[in-house]
Parts: sequence; structure tokens; C-alpha cells
Amino acid sequence: MGKVWKYGDGVNTDLIFAGKHTYTLREPEEIAARALEDLDPNFAAAARPGDVIVAGRNWGNGSSREQAVTCLKYKGITAVVAKSFGRIYFRNGINQGLLLITCPEAVDAAQSGDEIEIDLPNSVLRLNGRAFPFPPLSSTALGILEAGGLIPHIRKKLGITSTEAVTVGGGE
Amino acid sequence: MGYTFAEKALARAAGLPTAVAGQVVDARPDIALSHDNTAAIAKIFRAIGVERVAIPEKMAITLDHAAPAPTPRHALNHAEIREFVKEQGIKYLFEVGRGICHQVFSEEAIILPGQLILGSDSHTPHFGWMGAFGAGVGRSEMAAIWATGELWLRVPESIRVIVTGKLGRGVTSKDLCLAIIGRFGADGGLYKSVELSGPAIEAMSLESRMVIPNMMAEFGVKNACLPPDEKVFEYLAKRTSNSKSQTPKTKTEIESNAIHPDADARYENEYTVDADSVELTVACPHTVDNARPLREVKGTPIHQAFIGTCTNGRLEDIAAAAEIVQGKRVANGCRLLVIPASSEVMMDALRLGHLQTLMEAGAVIGTPGCGPCMGNHMGVLAPGEVCLSTANRNFRGRMGQTDAEIYLASPAVVAASAVAGMIADPREVGG
Ligand code: SF4
Repeated sequence: MGKVWKYGDGVNTDLIFAGKHTYTLREPEEIAARALEDLDPNFAAAARPGDVIVAGRNWGNGSSREQAVTCLKYKGITAVVAKSFGRIYFRNGINQGLLLITCPEAVDAAQSGDEIEIDLPNSVLRLNGRAFPFPPLSSTALGILEAGGLIPHIRKKLGITSTEAVTVGGGE
Repeated sequence: MGYTFAEKALARAAGLPTAVAGQVVDARPDIALSHDNTAAIAKIFRAIGVERVAIPEKMAITLDHAAPAPTPRHALNHAEIREFVKEQGIKYLFEVGRGICHQVFSEEAIILPGQLILGSDSHTPHFGWMGAFGAGVGRSEMAAIWATGELWLRVPESIRVIVTGKLGRGVTSKDLCLAIIGRFGADGGLYKSVELSGPAIEAMSLESRMVIPNMMAEFGVKNACLPPDEKVFEYLAKRTSNSKSQTPKTKTEIESNAIHPDADARYENEYTVDADSVELTVACPHTVDNARPLREVKGTPIHQAFIGTCTNGRLEDIAAAAEIVQGKRVANGCRLLVIPASSEVMMDALRLGHLQTLMEAGAVIGTPGCGPCMGNHMGVLAPGEVCLSTANRNFRGRMGQTDAEIYLASPAVVAASAVAGMIADPREVGG
């Protein structure tokens, strides 16, 4: 059970994590402290682990920067529920282990401060006593989320115990 | 309710009976494309902790982005790739000078209609020209594909664009694409599968069609596709028969694997574009959707004219340029670079006399490959210079210099402008 943080349409990656911080901040706590800085100055201080972001269309459009995902993950955000996601953001989200759910009906019904619960195994989210089904994630996507991201997931799948960190820039 | 091209193609690639937009599937690509970035991906692959790639027979690599190597660092990169290919027994490696990945894989017919190709290159939607599903992925994702043979993909929603009528005199598929991107914006097709069809596209040569899904990467799409027809099946049948690495396939075999959307498939949007109303179009600095009619930018002085790239470096592009510069000279203070998209294009252009015509007019011919498209070598710009290019992307700094300006247009416009020393209308320069 978490609290809803509700935002509108077209929130881009710069509003989620500003470009000016991309090369200067490296530590998870520093990165989390800047989450949504230019969208909602209260968020980083007030959000609690388990909270959920609910947003309109095209959440995360723009840059391929992965901190726009990891800043929320480090903050302990459980999921982002949106009407739609920027294409690269969606891939970065799953590959970095952040649950992203497309469910326009729930977005329309949600208000900031509502209690929300996400039942992943049954692909349904509960909000104000109502249930909203969402398209199920594939077993692979679920596996990636459970493992904490794409690279750890592949290691697990292939039975590899290496823990060497893998860092990559975006694709072209 | 019927299914779109994307729903059918990704269901097939995932081994599922059906799939719908929004669903996430585990897709197994028929071909995994990489290029000069292969060595960087190999480092990620090794860091995962895997010894052998899972799909050596599906991996295809070209050395094209900085080829031949302009610096020792680039040479080392190529050497590492060759070593990796040998060590892992990877099936396809196309060496320096063979050409650009998207053009070479099309010529070699290593991908066919209805198949899935994933590439660590943002213009992988290119293969939609033949009705294949092509999409770009990140480097760690490509390493994941090598390790496991599969990648999760979200089935995209689809947009249909119907191009009615007929393109006017001198107006090309490049102008059509720039006009579409200019009208709907660089995110007009964001994350979508864009299906383009209609009489104006049917009437086009295959080479002109190849421009379209390639350019749609600049529309934000996940993939774009055209309906494959007789011309496509015939081209590919001939190619598989001539290829050393492929098993020959008949036209009927290739056609039987093609995917067509159902008549009652669900589209998020449907647009109609009237080909007759498309003007000669130029994308101005520094975004592709900053597209304007040629007549508004005519007379802009240029320092360099570049004909080439995976977008417009094919035989008909070079032929169009040769026809325009025949018996004329490139203007003083301007240089014309022509870089064929592949060795095959180059040999055909040589045989037909186009290269001689171009050189007589003062053009410089480069080794088949990407050339200066992304600022690596063979024609990068100086500060303050202006380049008119046939490429697909004009972002600030793309050709190696932040304070340079890049305009994009069709090969005929670029050739006419080289002769004029400024952006010009090929219909006025005369053929
Ligand atoms: S020609 Fe340009 S756009 Fe095409 S693959 Fe090469 S660098 Fe990319």
C-alpha cells in the first residue's frame, strides 16, 4: 500500500532528472534527492518508499538518460502508472528494475494522496476500493523486475554468479 | 477484431498465436545487427559473465561507421571486432568498404519479409521497406540478445499513413518524409508502429521506398513498414539465389512468409497525405522537423554538398545527381562529396558512367560506408560551415562541429545546389 503522487501529461526526462546533474551526481542518495526537482520541489523530501507515481500521457519522453528511472528507484518508488510512456523510458524502466504500468482508466480515477496497491501477479491495481486490470507483463519482464534489472536477470537465468557492475551509456 | 502488422510480426517472433498492443512479449530476432559498436557491446557481453554467444548464426556485423579506420584507435576497434567474430564463430561480417549495414543486409537478403531484425543502430526501422519488423535497441540490450537469443518488447500501438495521389515532377520519397515529419513533428510517431501505404508508395521504385522507414526513425517510431509486393519478392528471390551465404528462396516462398495487417485491425490514428501537394522540401538546422519548402530557403550559400548514407546513397540517387551535374562544374568555394552506400552501388555507378560524370564535374568519391554522416571522418565540417546533405539527421554537432549547420534534402536538390554554390531547385538548374 502506498500513496499516489499525481502528475499531468508530457512530463519529460529533464523534469524527472535535470540534464545539468547527469555528469555530476553519482551516489544513489544524491540522485534520489534530485528526483522531480523542477516538477514538484516537495517530492524528493516527502515521498516514502512504497509510494507510486501516477501520470498522464508520454511520461519520460526525451533523453535516454537512465537516471530519470534510477532516481525514482533509489527513492523507493514502487511503480509509475501512466497513460503512456516515452519509448526509451519504458525500456530503461524495466531494464533498470522499475515497474511501469500502462493503465489510463486508473490514471483518470486517481488523485494525489490516494492509497494505491499494485497486485502484480494478478495484473490488477486497487485504488479507492476499485480494481483496475492492466495488461499483464510477460514472464521475462517480470523476471527482469524481480532480478532488479536486465543484466542481473540474464546472469540469474544463465546461472552466473559474477557481480561485476555493468555500466553503459545510451544507444545511438 | 483484426491485428496490425506489429501485432502479427511480434506474435510470430515470440512464438505466440496472437499478441495485442500494450502486451510485452519475449521476441527472438531473426537477425541481430551491430556495426562499429560491436567491440563496445562485446565488453558488456563479457561483463555479464557469458563465454559464448547463443546465436552466432543470427549475428550480422558491418564495419561501416569509420571505415577504413581514420585513426589507430578506430583501427584497434575494428581489430577487436574481427577477433570477436572469429572467436565466437559469428556468421556474417562485412568488411571495410562493403558498405552501410542497412544497405548491405538488404542487398544480401539476410533478412526477409515478416521477420524481426533488432539492431544497436537507431535506423534499424529501415528494413520495413520489405515488410520486415526492424527496431533499434540499446547496447546492453544487444549484449542480452547475444547471451540469450531473445529480448522483451512491448507491442506498439499502430498508426496508419495513407499516401494518395502522385508525387510531382522532381519530388521524391525524401521530400515526402521531410514533409510528413515537418507536419506532425519529430515525435509524431513516438513509440508507434507506422504503417505507410497507398498508390504513391506502390508507384515508387524499391530504392525510393527504402528511404521511407529509414527516415521514420526521425519521426520517433519503434518500427515503420510498407506493404511488400511483387517487386519486393522478386528482388529478394534474386538476391538469395546470388548470395554465397544464403539458401536460395523462390518468390512464392518469400511471399508466403510476408505479413499483412487485417482489414479490421485497430489503429490509434489514421492520416492521409496527398502526394500531389508535397513540395520539394529541406530540413533546416538543427532538427529534422524544422522542414520548409525549398522555395523559402533557396539561395542559402553552402560550403559542402554530401550525397550518400543509408538514406540516399543508392544507385538511383547517384544517377539523379550525375544527370544534374553532367557537363557542369561544382561552384567555386563549394565541394561535392559522393559516397555510395555499398560496394555494389559503387560498381554499378562505375559501370554506368555516373562516377566519371560526377568526377568530371569536380566531385570527390569516397569509400562506401557512413562517411561524414555522424562526424567520424571523410568530410567533417569546420566551424561556421554549412553542409547540405542527403542524410537523415541534422542535429547540432552531428557532422563533427557544433558551430556548423546541416540542411537535409533529396539527392537532386543537393547536386543542383553543389553546382549553384547555394541551395537550389534542380528543376531550374536543368538536367
Ligand atoms: S549512414 Fe548515417 S544514419 Fe546511416 S547508419 Fe551510417 S551513421 Fe547511421
